[in-house]
Amino acid sequence: MTSFDAIVIGGGHNGLVAAAVLAKSGRKVLVLEAATDIGGAARTEEFAPGFRVSSVAHVLNRLHPDVVKTLELERHGLEIARGDFVPSVALSRDGPPLVLHGAYGEALTGASSSEQTAWKELSAQLLRYAGILKPFLSRRPPDLSAMSLLETAALGQTALALKKLGKEDMRDFLRVLLMNVADLLDEQLTDDRLKGLLAFDATLGGHLGPRSPTSLLGLYYRLAGEIGGAAGAQALPKGGMGAVVTAIRAAAEKAGVTIRAASPVAKIIVEKGRAVGVALDNGEVLHAKAIVSAINPATTVLDLVGPREVDTGFVRKVKNIRMKGNAAKLNLALDRPPQFVGVDAAGHKGRLVIAPSPDHVERAFNPCKYGEFSPEPVMEITLPSLADPSLAPAGACVLSAVVQYAPYALKEGWGASKPKFLKAIMAQLEAYAPGISKTVLHSELLTPTDIEARYRMPGGHWHHGELQADQMLMSRPVSGWSGYDTPVEGLFLAGAGSHPGGGVSGRPGLNAARRIIAMRG
Amino acid sequence: MKAWDAIVIGGGHNGLVNACYLQRAGLDVLVVEKNDWVGGAATSRELTPGFLYSNCSYVCSLFRPEIMRDLELPRFGLQVISYEGGAVFTRDGDYLANYRDHDAHRREFARFSKRDAEAYDRYARDVTRQCRFIQPLLMRTAPDPTSFRPRDLGELLYLGKKFAGLSAEEMALTLRFWTMSISDFLDEYFETDVIKANFALSGIIGTALGPMSPGTAYVLLHHYMGEVDGSVGAWGYARGGMGAVTKALAASFKASGGTIRTGAEVDHVLVSRGKAKGVALAGGEDIYGKLVVSNADVKRTFLKLVEEKELPDIFLRRVRNFKIRGSSGKVNIALDSLPEFPALPKDSPAYRGDMHFTDSMERMERAYDDWKAGRWSADPFLDMVIPTTLDPTMAPPGKHFMSCFVQYAPPKIAGADWTDADRDGFAESVISQIAEYSPGFRDRIVHMEVRTPREIEAEVGLTEGNIFQGELTFDQLLFNRPVPGYAQYRSPLSGLYMCGSSTHPGGGVMGAPGRNAAAEILRDLAKSTSHMSPAHDVI
Amino acid sequence: MAKATRKKPAVTEIDAPADARTAAQSHFRTLRLGTPFQPRIDALARTDDWYNWAGYRAPHSLWDEELEYFAIRSQAALFDISPMTKYRIEGSDAEAFLNRVTLRDVAKLKPGRVHYTAWCDDAGFVLDDGTLFRLSPTRFRLCSQERHLPWLLDSAIGSEVTVEEETEAVGGLALQGPTSFAVLVDAGFAGVDKLKIFDLAEFPHDGGTVTISRTGFTGDLGYELFVPAEKALSLWDRLMIAGELRGIRAIGYTALNRARLEAGLIVANADFTTAEHAIRTDRLRMPDEIGLGFMIDLEKGHFNGRRAILEARTKRKLRHVLVGLEIEGNIPAEHAIVYYKKSQEVGLVSAAMWSPMAKRNIALASLKRPFGDTMVEDLWVEIYAMRELQYQKLMKRAKVVQRPFIKLDRRTANPPADF
Repeated sequence: MTSFDAIVIGGGHNGLVAAAVLAKSGRKVLVLEAATDIGGAARTEEFAPGFRVSSVAHVLNRLHPDVVKTLELERHGLEIARGDFVPSVALSRDGPPLVLHGAYGEALTGASSSEQTAWKELSAQLLRYAGILKPFLSRRPPDLSAMSLLETAALGQTALALKKLGKEDMRDFLRVLLMNVADLLDEQLTDDRLKGLLAFDATLGGHLGPRSPTSLLGLYYRLAGEIGGAAGAQALPKGGMGAVVTAIRAAAEKAGVTIRAASPVAKIIVEKGRAVGVALDNGEVLHAKAIVSAINPATTVLDLVGPREVDTGFVRKVKNIRMKGNAAKLNLALDRPPQFVGVDAAGHKGRLVIAPSPDHVERAFNPCKYGEFSPEPVMEITLPSLADPSLAPAGACVLSAVVQYAPYALKEGWGASKPKFLKAIMAQLEAYAPGISKTVLHSELLTPTDIEARYRMPGGHWHHGELQADQMLMSRPVSGWSGYDTPVEGLFLAGAGSHPGGGVSGRPGLNAARRIIAMRG
Repeated sequence: MKAWDAIVIGGGHNGLVNACYLQRAGLDVLVVEKNDWVGGAATSRELTPGFLYSNCSYVCSLFRPEIMRDLELPRFGLQVISYEGGAVFTRDGDYLANYRDHDAHRREFARFSKRDAEAYDRYARDVTRQCRFIQPLLMRTAPDPTSFRPRDLGELLYLGKKFAGLSAEEMALTLRFWTMSISDFLDEYFETDVIKANFALSGIIGTALGPMSPGTAYVLLHHYMGEVDGSVGAWGYARGGMGAVTKALAASFKASGGTIRTGAEVDHVLVSRGKAKGVALAGGEDIYGKLVVSNADVKRTFLKLVEEKELPDIFLRRVRNFKIRGSSGKVNIALDSLPEFPALPKDSPAYRGDMHFTDSMERMERAYDDWKAGRWSADPFLDMVIPTTLDPTMAPPGKHFMSCFVQYAPPKIAGADWTDADRDGFAESVISQIAEYSPGFRDRIVHMEVRTPREIEAEVGLTEGNIFQGELTFDQLLFNRPVPGYAQYRSPLSGLYMCGSSTHPGGGVMGAPGRNAAAEILRDLAKSTSHMSPAHDVI
Repeated sequence: MAKATRKKPAVTEIDAPADARTAAQSHFRTLRLGTPFQPRIDALARTDDWYNWAGYRAPHSLWDEELEYFAIRSQAALFDISPMTKYRIEGSDAEAFLNRVTLRDVAKLKPGRVHYTAWCDDAGFVLDDGTLFRLSPTRFRLCSQERHLPWLLDSAIGSEVTVEEETEAVGGLALQGPTSFAVLVDAGFAGVDKLKIFDLAEFPHDGGTVTISRTGFTGDLGYELFVPAEKALSLWDRLMIAGELRGIRAIGYTALNRARLEAGLIVANADFTTAEHAIRTDRLRMPDEIGLGFMIDLEKGHFNGRRAILEARTKRKLRHVLVGLEIEGNIPAEHAIVYYKKSQEVGLVSAAMWSPMAKRNIALASLKRPFGDTMVEDLWVEIYAMRELQYQKLMKRAKVVQRPFIKLDRRTANPPADF
């Protein structure tokens, strides 16, 4: 029987990052992935003959620079240059689109000059405020029960950064922190297309509408991310998101990590309150000093550890994590590239967003509160094969879209409703890219229930838990256990369900690995 | 020409509380009120012969007992009669009642879910813990977090210490309480929809949010702060209607030598060289005062009563950005007999409390969706009380006054002003809902007053008809209320103060803003505040 | 009327649930429920001295609280324990479930046995104490002061077990005192002599069964009987008739409370505050802080609070200790403050009395460690004795002593003596 220093459950990007960092510290690390391929929801998959697409995450906008640096991802094949930044295009039905260029709208075109000025001011302000919160991404959340000197100092730094803003700016920061995004946009902007785009970005992947208090935090989370050294920038990785995973995998393997795919874990073995190993579905038992779960926290605790090995209050908290996804993924194989009205060639290579106004996004949100899908969904669309022809047969095109709102717990059930929802989506696409329906060779719509089944994400939620104020920082994944440790000694959480949350950032994995190293686990 | 020591604009309850405290500190105080009566939103008016209407505010629970004592309100006639129960009617002909008796309460819940019945204690414990944390803050001036003044630092330290005094679990709960939706919060305790709806209503009353909006858990706390160590969220009627509160305040004020002028609408605040000098009445008369205190909401005060040029841009911008959204209306009804609700036993104490028809979270949230879309709720949320079941002074013998607080009613209908036809449609949505549960209800109606945000704004002067003079969301609480930098009852103009619900700690007939403003004014005047009781201890 | 008669069959069908609903709604008219034994108790209630026990009308005393106490110690006392919260726990995982919920090792509790136990939240704070009856390998009854259904149901997640609250459906009686065994024998409960302390068995009664256990809350020889509500009155009568010559007396809580104090037993929300009711978090108590440390079994598998309890023990984070005190003189020190060297406040008395059995002035007190733990010398209590509208303040020396304050051989004697 082989024994490891650490076994990482789940070969998604966070699991791989955690494994690589642990291996670099001299530990003998094994990664166990249930699926036949690693990468989790950040794979590149063939969904129709000759058509490949990023499975769920399709825009790279927050891979953390520490991760890139620590794992030397650039040496392992990851390339993101400033020139790769793609624009965001806010589509409009009744006129030309509005485009944010560069890193989150360094330049804005298609808007009035007064709106451009207003945007310049607002974007600077948002980035400034997001910058205050940014350092929190790379730290363990503060421990409320025992503030260490280090943590107090870290919070002190935040206070200092706040003071540096200047009095009035700090006051505004404190006022808007938990505000809803729609109100803030209404205060400063007038163009519905721009407001719609920002409202969409703030609520993407969450169970919030732009009028829901605290929804602005979603935008901060987005803007606290960076790529290629530019905050808020975005890129479509060559080869799809799978290419990012490939680079991380290469780094992990270089560091000596053993990766076993097709090895689903059935159970985490706990003896006297301590995790000592895992049992696989096939009955094989593997031991390790530290068990690192980079999969969903609820799955980890309720299915793998089992409720009886932890306290009832903890089980309660875990069960109370809200993680019902609202985002669906649409992959279309098109026989030719679509033409979105009024969008130029560069725009088509970017991120195209259908979210005509905050009110529209809010209206799209309403039904999902009651288990119904949006009749006029909002979405972000990419055409990755335009920049990377390897993803589609010659002359053909891949369309990848994240569509909201598609509640996981649909009252009518997704079985019968999926075709109806697809029809609603296609009607939207058709309105912005007339004729697109006729070019569809194959379509694949992944509802949250599909995402749940295929990527083992409970609720089909890519953050593994709503990323809302009450489930952030010291409340993520649950209060009392937010620092990657668990009540089971030797068991750590390293997935998106932990602070700071989801998106292809690698940050939870990196933070967790550092915690384990600090604890000599 | 006479210069008053202080002129208070608006004779609402906070204006009167403020005036009382200033007068009792030895100042010569004048209250100017545009209506022919005082009371603001806390009035009793005889709108049809023999019937007294609590036509805006209709229940008393939040009023600070310290203020009642300081201003001797019981001596001046204030009597509060407690609710004896309450109920939510369910669509299947049953109801969920709230009883004051702990065990009856539990048994009632157990009719729907044994689990929920036994979950109540933990819920009450957690809510009580949070109220105990927040209640002492009500009677304190919020610190300015950007300031290095010793007082602000001291107050910040107080907050920090209070927070640090919590257990880790409580801290986590506090953080979540401020950011969660009441719906998500209740999901963690209860499984039954009607039981959740029964609690959730306190999370939405007076606010332009639905029960599924983050932040509504805090709104629930705001309503539960009435009396912490008594039963959580105790409510009651003022005998003689809510006007009895302001009547007692006015009597107390006059008894201490104060002066009230009704029918005196302020056109603008007189300002000279950045200092408030008095007020100009709509009739053209100027009244001079050494300082001016505005009971009006922050938008009315600074966007209507003060000229733009007198105020700094950043302040004006923040005032304009202050969210003050009408979300409710009222339908006040005089009845020739007590309505019957066949679902409810005739001897049920619920008749002597608050009754509701919204029995699910979805119905409550859908009512809010209508508001967002700029229309009144087709299936509204009602907080319905019949105070005459406990207070016979409000109607002729055998007859009754019913007050229906209605949500949601937007300040504008699809972007346009309310019309009379809109108002009638709004009223009909209310009456038809009641009639659904009370056959023959329409025939009992003697007189009805319908108040949409339009009427509330026109009569009471509350911008957009918002009963709290501003939303109770985190961006507008504590040091953010009403606007950052001016959360201490002062304004950019020297000698001009605010004392309405736009200021900390916010709305409800609580009196705390008026009292706290008086404390700040007296501090500026270097006068004693020994006549002001400190907040009662929470031990 | 005629119409109604014609439609009768249909009406009955439709109205049956409506009638049931009306009946269920009507509880608000009776705020204090009667127990299944209430008609008999009401008939005996000469003092009409009631209190609210978990929503039930329960007697403080029935006829003479002094004599009711002596009925426990010299005769046989019958006390209605029906208001106690009762849960039926059943299923193949019931043992494992209870092992995870409660402190003691349930695997060691054989069918036909009872043990006193307690349960904690994640932080190791006591949610309640109570008695666990193992009725069969897979069937248990848990009796407690407070209600815990959400906690028990959430603890059952992932286990094959059902938890059902059965407080109203099951009546309970405590029959305590030296002649209690004889009363049961005279009442015809054949085989009751085989019950050793903490044994239980089912006996036929009135066409059904009654569960009798040799348990109690008095430190005396005694039994507890659980019976379906509908057989309650016949059980009461059976015992009262059989006990007439054995001096059986119905009693109220005041008498029982004295007996339990002599036995050194604690009462939830009297001697400590249960975790789900503590508004002030410094009132929370771990088992080691209220004398229940003996229940903790760290060798069995995981149980709620284990981690926190272990940590508190190893990191010496235990802050309180519950002790028995013997106080000089005979003035009860109820709710007296405990001092070290007559000046430093170190704790509070939660229950106190002059013990007629032990002839000692006894008390239970919660002290701040190390007092009562390693520092037991020079402790004092300040008694405020209200006498004719004046406090007479007394500073009396208190000595930490073993509990129980009385130890009666008859409690455990086998077979019990036939008094």
